[in-house]
Amino acid sequence: MRMCLREEALREMARQIRIDVVDSLFHAGSGHPGGSLSAAEIMSVLYFYKMNVDPAKPDKEDRDRFVLSKGHAAPVYYAALAERGFFSREELKTLRKIDSRLQGHPDRTKTPGVDMSTGSLGQGISAAAGMALYAKKENKPFRVYCLIGDGEMQEGQVWEAMMAAAHYRLGNLTVLLDNNNLQIDGSVDKVMSIYPVKEKAQAFGWQVLEADGHDVKALSAALDESCADADTPTFIICKTTKGKGVSFMENQAGWHGAAINEEQYRMAMRELKG
Amino acid sequence: MLSTREAYGAALAAEGDGRNFYVLDADLSKATQTVQFANRFPHRFFDMGIAEANMMGFAAGLSTCNVPVVVSTFAAFAAGRAYDQIRNSIAYPNCNVKIGATHGGILIGADGGSHQCIEDLALMRAIPNMVVLCPCDEMETRACVKAALDYEGPVYMRFGRSPAAQMFDHPIKFEIGKGTVLKDGEDVTIIAVGDMVSRSVRAAELLAEHGVRAAVLDMASVKPIDRELIVQYARKTGRVVTAEDHNVMGGLGSAVCEVLSKECPTPVAMVGVQDRFGRSGSPEELAEYYGLTAECICQSALNLIKG
Repeated sequence: MRMCLREEALREMARQIRIDVVDSLFHAGSGHPGGSLSAAEIMSVLYFYKMNVDPAKPDKEDRDRFVLSKGHAAPVYYAALAERGFFSREELKTLRKIDSRLQGHPDRTKTPGVDMSTGSLGQGISAAAGMALYAKKENKPFRVYCLIGDGEMQEGQVWEAMMAAAHYRLGNLTVLLDNNNLQIDGSVDKVMSIYPVKEKAQAFGWQVLEADGHDVKALSAALDESCADADTPTFIICKTTKGKGVSFMENQAGWHGAAINEEQYRMAMRELKG
Repeated sequence: MLSTREAYGAALAAEGDGRNFYVLDADLSKATQTVQFANRFPHRFFDMGIAEANMMGFAAGLSTCNVPVVVSTFAAFAAGRAYDQIRNSIAYPNCNVKIGATHGGILIGADGGSHQCIEDLALMRAIPNMVVLCPCDEMETRACVKAALDYEGPVYMRFGRSPAAQMFDHPIKFEIGKGTVLKDGEDVTIIAVGDMVSRSVRAAELLAEHGVRAAVLDMASVKPIDRELIVQYARKTGRVVTAEDHNVMGGLGSAVCEVLSKECPTPVAMVGVQDRFGRSGSPEELAEYYGLTAECICQSALNLIKG
């Protein structure tokens, strides 16, 4: 079932997701805040506006699928799943702990609602395309959404997958690029430029849309538009800010993967809770 | 005499009748013989082009929709090139994907070292969740493919390129985790996989001429391996020779030693590729060059017996 929350509620959900992300990472003592915070609106719109999923039946055959190809952003995935009701918000505090269902990177064998295990970059998009191929060939009504990182696009497998998705005319596949332009060693254009990414994706045979990745209205519109053509996969370039919502983490490559100490936790929570 | 890859192609085409599964290939369908399936079930066959990493990911994604998937390419491009995709997209998520890897080993012949995969059993065996099979002839291959499709979870199957001598003249039942006694004996046990099985049977005949009674075990299920049978024969004969067209590091020989060192310490001689890359040549020239002949197996057994 779809939730179809309105604009204001989607913004509020993104804020709650950010609170969950910071909370779970603080309790974990390690993990990836920057790329999780940049995707809060994207996850809010996917799980509370666009996707047809049922927390009571996480394996329902005709559910829409989601693959987090940038698997290190697991905290934002878990936050969205918890808020959607796949498990309790309380469980988020077990992130990265021994015996937890919430592994450091997504694990489909452990976590309800996780459709594919990811973590080694470049692989999730292939799996997502495989799911879309199944739906296309078997006339299943579900769509597949996949979130990839911009640094991740340096992996050759991403381009293999894009070639194959266009070749098999997977119009039921939407890939969202979390384009925060930062990776561990610095800015994406300086480390290894992926640009011009729009033209490259178009040349690979994809419909390319652009949206402010923190504007829930723009994201909703782009996701709706992505469903229009049954034979062309869609690539949505979401312009985002790494660490978005926590002032001292914004646009800091150092916050790609770093522990949050108690003082930082209090400051971040104060900002997010307003 | 069919090669095991030809038997694999025939088995896929035969199994395709009775059950639903998809087959993917990476531009090698004529060599891997998945073309036999493709011709009969074109709507369930997908050529993924020369992009093995992506093929493994597609297979994983497809399989999460409750349809078994078989992927095929050469062993070097499956276990080697796409190792990380097999590990992270197939084995770690425990996906129902069967990897049919053809052209395993040195004995594929003239293509040379780049294509002669001598480390795939080691790589695949070391991945948790992965079942590793290496059948020796047509009948065993057909049974292996059926068992792999019956099994829910990732399976790596290794097939050879060259014609394989017939070991079984009738359809057999194959059980994952079980070895087969091809010949009984009291003095030494030869444990073999793939193309080396027929060579081991020949070696047992040569040993008989020396008055040595050799048992021969076909260990097509490399992982899980038949610990009980290995220990039983190690106890019975006191000496073991392993034979594989694979590096002696990490493959069948290592698997046998892992069992014996714990449960029944026994002298073991390993016949296989001695940590060297392959080279061009005919299969027989290569068998000679790398010490993979029946004579080499026989000599290893005699050396063990001499002590």
